[in-house]
Amino acid sequence: MYEVRFHGRGGQGAVTAANILAIAAMKQGFYSQAFPYFGVERRGAPVQAFTRIDDKRIDLRMNVYNPDAIVVLDPTLMAVVDVTKGLKEGGIIIINTSKKPEDFDFPGFKVATVNATEIALNHKLGSQAAPIVNTAILGAYSRAVGNVKIDYILEAIRENAPAKKEENALAAKDAYEKTVLGW
Amino acid sequence: MTKIMLRGNESIAYAFKLARVQVIPAYPITPSTLVPEKISEFIANGEMKAEFVPVESEHSAISAAIGASAKGVRVGTATASQGLALMHEVLFIASGMRLPIVMGIGNRALSAPINIWCDHQDMMAQRDAGWLQFYGENNQEGLDLGIMAFKIAEDNRVMLPAMVGLDAFVLTHTVEPVEMPEQSEVDEFVGEFKPNYVTLDPDKPATLGSFGFPEHYMEFKFGQWVAMERAKKVIDEVFKEFEEKFGRKYRKVNPEFVEDADIVLVTMGSMSGTAREFVKRMRGKGKKVGLLKITTFRPFPKEELIEALKGVKVVAVMERNISFGFGGAVYAELGATFANLKEKPKIVDFIVGLGGRDITFNTYQAVLDLAEKALKEDVDEVNWIDVNKEAVYKAEGLQ
Repeated sequence: MYEVRFHGRGGQGAVTAANILAIAAMKQGFYSQAFPYFGVERRGAPVQAFTRIDDKRIDLRMNVYNPDAIVVLDPTLMAVVDVTKGLKEGGIIIINTSKKPEDFDFPGFKVATVNATEIALNHKLGSQAAPIVNTAILGAYSRAVGNVKIDYILEAIRENAPAKKEENALAAKDAYEKTVLGW
Repeated sequence: MTKIMLRGNESIAYAFKLARVQVIPAYPITPSTLVPEKISEFIANGEMKAEFVPVESEHSAISAAIGASAKGVRVGTATASQGLALMHEVLFIASGMRLPIVMGIGNRALSAPINIWCDHQDMMAQRDAGWLQFYGENNQEGLDLGIMAFKIAEDNRVMLPAMVGLDAFVLTHTVEPVEMPEQSEVDEFVGEFKPNYVTLDPDKPATLGSFGFPEHYMEFKFGQWVAMERAKKVIDEVFKEFEEKFGRKYRKVNPEFVEDADIVLVTMGSMSGTAREFVKRMRGKGKKVGLLKITTFRPFPKEELIEALKGVKVVAVMERNISFGFGGAVYAELGATFANLKEKPKIVDFIVGLGGRDITFNTYQAVLDLAEKALKEDVDEVNWIDVNKEAVYKAEGLQ
């Protein structure tokens, strides 16, 4: 069982990212499950979403307490939320940032970075004030974690992105190539 | 049959689409809003031929459902929590008129305090409304029970409305793989709805849902009682036919690892999945613990429960509802089920997961610890788990 926690802000598409990852995993032959942190969502407020991936049917229904990987859609969240809470030792942290992995100090964890905001804007996803980074970050996830292949991520994005399907897929592919691994 | 990723609410919407529901009057409420949304989308896309009636309240939704069902068409709706509570008085009219309406419920806590998360209080509060009640463990069960509910409700031996509950957020908003049957297979299975009652028809005027004097009222109620009793057999038949056609097994009660079990956990809804994982772990440690999931709560499957729990020493009932002044509803009914039998297990009640409090392995461990204690000595009949009791005692002036 592989568990992922997404950190984003309301409106950024963290829940959609978790769902698309689950769909891509299913396409690849895994069992999967995705759910939001069951909150009352407000635009801009910190939100969490989760994906579970396994090679057998997933019966587990409780929240994810010890994820294997963390995806941070908005780096400013790291000042207000303990994003590594419960992260397994040696777990992976994927951050949307213009910085490099060595700029972060997360002892015991692996850090991967990608400038998903810039990539999203290059592909005209969202606005300057509110870029839609959730598809780009999935490309980075595929590169950093590797259990769900980029081709399945792209297929899931093309089928499920609410708009600009091809642009979203290209952003993910772009991010996959530009992700910097800190290990 | 194809596998697609669905949220629980979409399972209900797809069940309605596949069952070719003709009228859907609905009023949106968290967490079941996606059901009417998805159905509106199906209709707008031309994928579903049905009349969607956007009403001004849940009271109106169920009233419109009654009107449409009385016309003799297949009707479905969906709601949750306060919405279901607002329907309360009308629910009895639907069952009293013997209208086979099917309703999807996103099982959610009741106010106050306002809470949008999962428990079963909403459906339990409608226990006596004369509706069949099913609880799904996952989104596949939501789809399958949603389809089967029409076949059961519309059976001439039953003719009662049915609710299918899916846990708020834990299922309604969770995406997971669901096997989607072909339309032709569902058509064959459910069939076309042919009402066996007098329907609303301007050409053949009739009064429906009229006055019942003391000379007649009780016979109507006895008729509902008989229908509910007969539904037990019909449910078995429909579950069996479904299994033959679609390969997925459903039972009113689902025992697992109970054959040699000293302790059995009784669960309903989504908590059953985590419970299964927990029981497997305990079996790995050599603990004689089993699991029994209740899928059908109305009619209450007494016979199957007696059979499945034969020889069990302690039955730990875990439930997401509470009847203040007594205990949980499942505990009450299970106790009554065994009341007149000589051989009976010790039945202990555990109130868990109200208002969306997460039910984790720690919850099950706490339940198992108390159940193991109950093997040797008397324990409290009703036990609240994962609650900060000290804070409450202090607030109530008990400390």
